[in-house]
Amino acid sequence: MFERLPMLLDADAALVERGRRLNVDCLLGPKDQPFHVSFAAGRIVNVTLGPLLMRSWCFSYRMSAATWIEFWKPVPRPGCHDLLALTKSGEAVLEGELFPFMTHLQYFKDVLALPRRVRAQ
Amino acid sequence: MTGLIEPIVGRYVHVTVEGAVNRIYFEENGTGIPLVCLHTAGSDARQWRHLLTDASFTRNFRIIAFDMPWHGKSNPPEGWNGDDYRLTTARYTETIRAFCRALSLDRPVVMGCSIGGRIVLNLAIDHAPEFRALIGLEAADFQAPWYDTEWLNRPDVHGGEICAALVSGLIAPQSPDAARSETLWGYKQGGPGVFKGDLYFYRVDGDLRGRVAAIDTSRCPLFLLTGEYDFSCKPADTLRTAASIAGAEVVVMEQLGHFPMSENPEQFRRYIAPVLDRIVQQNVAFAK
Repeated sequence: MFERLPMLLDADAALVERGRRLNVDCLLGPKDQPFHVSFAAGRIVNVTLGPLLMRSWCFSYRMSAATWIEFWKPVPRPGCHDLLALTKSGEAVLEGELFPFMTHLQYFKDVLALPRRVRAQ
Repeated sequence: MTGLIEPIVGRYVHVTVEGAVNRIYFEENGTGIPLVCLHTAGSDARQWRHLLTDASFTRNFRIIAFDMPWHGKSNPPEGWNGDDYRLTTARYTETIRAFCRALSLDRPVVMGCSIGGRIVLNLAIDHAPEFRALIGLEAADFQAPWYDTEWLNRPDVHGGEICAALVSGLIAPQSPDAARSETLWGYKQGGPGVFKGDLYFYRVDGDLRGRVAAIDTSRCPLFLLTGEYDFSCKPADTLRTAASIAGAEVVVMEQLGHFPMSENPEQFRRYIAPVLDRIVQQNVAFAK
């Protein structure tokens, strides 16, 4: 599903616009094998499955594959419906330099929830 | 006039709190038992607009919602020197009691949400005889923090954007888009440092663990309602709190989060209507 994120994001012009000042490399996905994801001007310009030795990243947001599947349901169970609900419970781990994540918090919440639209269809 | 004019009336009342005059904005509608509504941290009384216009409630209740000082249309008090705003248990309690006295309310019902729910517990502990009933929404004696409040007020981060983005996940996924957007708009409009200052009460000064067992619900009934999608004040937090309060009534609300009255008013009324009916019936019995 992470490989489809660039296409899903490109289809949402308003969301791309909200991220227009965002340029960051981060680590997103399953805990055991996350993806290196590069954002540029609000678009995702690269998604590569890790591990990539010595590839640097700014921040990471990771949780189990099963939790991602639950998170992407059109109506997730309580506690699995929000990125920060999952960090509070310990099901997800948020690490690194958080400034770009926090300045674009709603953007990241919405980008990482884009697969819900696919599931809803 | 051809436009729809809502029956809500807004006015200002001057209230002295901790020696300073506060020009407090409040809205009201209805007649009967006074019902004072307290908004969540970092927002304002617009959250209650649906309850205020619900004719099935306003025929029995004089519903009043006020903006806390520093919030909405209630400015900081006269003489504020620009120091960081910090809400304390004492100031919050005094503000509510002084507001009720200023309007000469006779043993009002108080319903508060989030920080408003927490302070309702404090009212139940220390001032129960002054109130007819107390309703805590998303209320607990304490909740574990889930983010660093330093993010809420710093010059390199947009305060409105981050406050709204943080709380957006507290809204249930079933809530209508328009109501979700309106709920978050309140957070985008808050003054700098106000949400953070409210959370000083919530996280630091207002820890009521070990005190709620003193609540006597025979003197003042206590109702606690929490949404299943609220991960700030989880249902488990409310249930734990209620377990030590004899006679407290608890409801876990399905398909609702931390802002039940504004994020999904229709769903909320399914849960609050029976509670308000109970209060009306108790009031009738008491009058006899």
